[in-house]
Amino acid sequence: MTRLNNQHRNKLTTEILKNTIRFILLIMLQVLIIQNINLTSYIILLPYIMVIIMMPFEADKLLVLFSAFLLGVCIDFFYDSSGLHAAACTLMGFSRHYVLKYISPRDGYDIGVEPTVSDMGLAWFLRYAGTLVLVHHFSLFYLEIFRFSEFFHTLLRVLLSSIGTFGLIYLIQFLFYSKARRA
Amino acid sequence: MKNLFAFVLKHNFIFVFLFLQVICAWLMVHNNGFQGSHVLNSSNRVVSNVYETAANTREYFSLKQENSRLATENTVLRNFLRSNYVSVPVTEFRRSDTVYKQQYTYISAKVVNSSVNKRRNFLTINAGSTEGITRDMAVMTSEGVVGIVTNVSSNFCSAMSLLHKDVRVNCQLKKDGSYGPLIWNGEDYRYCQLTDIPTHSKITKGDTVITSELSGIFPEGIMVGTIESYERKRNESFYTATVKLSADLKKVNYVYIIKNKFKGERDSLEQSTQKQIDD
Repeated sequence: MTRLNNQHRNKLTTEILKNTIRFILLIMLQVLIIQNINLTSYIILLPYIMVIIMMPFEADKLLVLFSAFLLGVCIDFFYDSSGLHAAACTLMGFSRHYVLKYISPRDGYDIGVEPTVSDMGLAWFLRYAGTLVLVHHFSLFYLEIFRFSEFFHTLLRVLLSSIGTFGLIYLIQFLFYSKARRA
Repeated sequence: MKNLFAFVLKHNFIFVFLFLQVICAWLMVHNNGFQGSHVLNSSNRVVSNVYETAANTREYFSLKQENSRLATENTVLRNFLRSNYVSVPVTEFRRSDTVYKQQYTYISAKVVNSSVNKRRNFLTINAGSTEGITRDMAVMTSEGVVGIVTNVSSNFCSAMSLLHKDVRVNCQLKKDGSYGPLIWNGEDYRYCQLTDIPTHSKITKGDTVITSELSGIFPEGIMVGTIESYERKRNESFYTATVKLSADLKKVNYVYIIKNKFKGERDSLEQSTQKQIDD
């Protein structure tokens, strides 16, 4: 019984450590590298939201919400945007719970499975991450401009950026979380 | 009361979410435009240290261009050296210091962070209140105008670049002095739009655009860019011109911050005049 408990605790510690490291690394990636990539003003890549997308299924929804807020605040510090990213991330962390519930398999998610392409398949991941990326980008770009006079211009930016960000997230997963590596 | 409490507890997820969004909204309202001081900004110590380290590393890659730019500037400055000129024994025209007051002074600094791809772009510069920087000072490179200082900490300051949706710099055509505000439509970081140029002005492609004294921030005559194209929109009696910026905002490295010594005096005079008119 104690051994089982110990094992469980060890696994929990690893999960927390893994997620914290991912948190820091992705912020650094976003701020030091991705921020300097200027494709056009229409495509802005924000792969840092992967932190929230990749949190384990078992994570408490309140924990997800607070992590999202903290993540947004950290990015705000670097982007000089005071509250903008925090608002978008919090909304995304909030909707993650409902998105997961809406698209869950009939008998729930298996234990030990991660929300990645290799574990859940591309179709599922596209629905899951695609929705979250859209929610995040939509709120972010409209809050940033905060007027309706450039509505369609902004909509185009949202769509193109979402495609770009999703592509980059898929690429990062392909590089670091592919099946061959795990086996 | 008890029911209310139970209700809040039952839906704690939603209430925590709303609470966090209220914090975000508060942060954003404080960040509003020119006047508000940012609560979260990159002149914070940890953030600016990260950016400075990155900028120091990046600097090595542009040493060559930076060197040749400095060499060019040195050549220009060398031309002004006193030793280049033969002194003319003039007795009548003695320049007295009481005749020329210095209005603008320049402080040199390095950009540690900048962006060009957002709708509100900022620069972080490694000079702060210890170097005598205050808000609303102008920022330029040797090639042209870059932006305006908005926030100052003790060792760093943040400046809105020309590529910010709220920036309006008064500019004029060098040729005939017709002026208008320069704004950015958010599309290409190399071009800004010069609006409100009267239609009787003989504007042509390639005209030089310089800053105007009207802004109260920039000295007159600093290079901004050249006219790339211009059009007169239907039902408008003004030209809108696309200006190719002479400073490459993607590659700003060393900048000058311009201090207007008479700005306080001028602002308070204008304010009191406005007040007299209002009363």
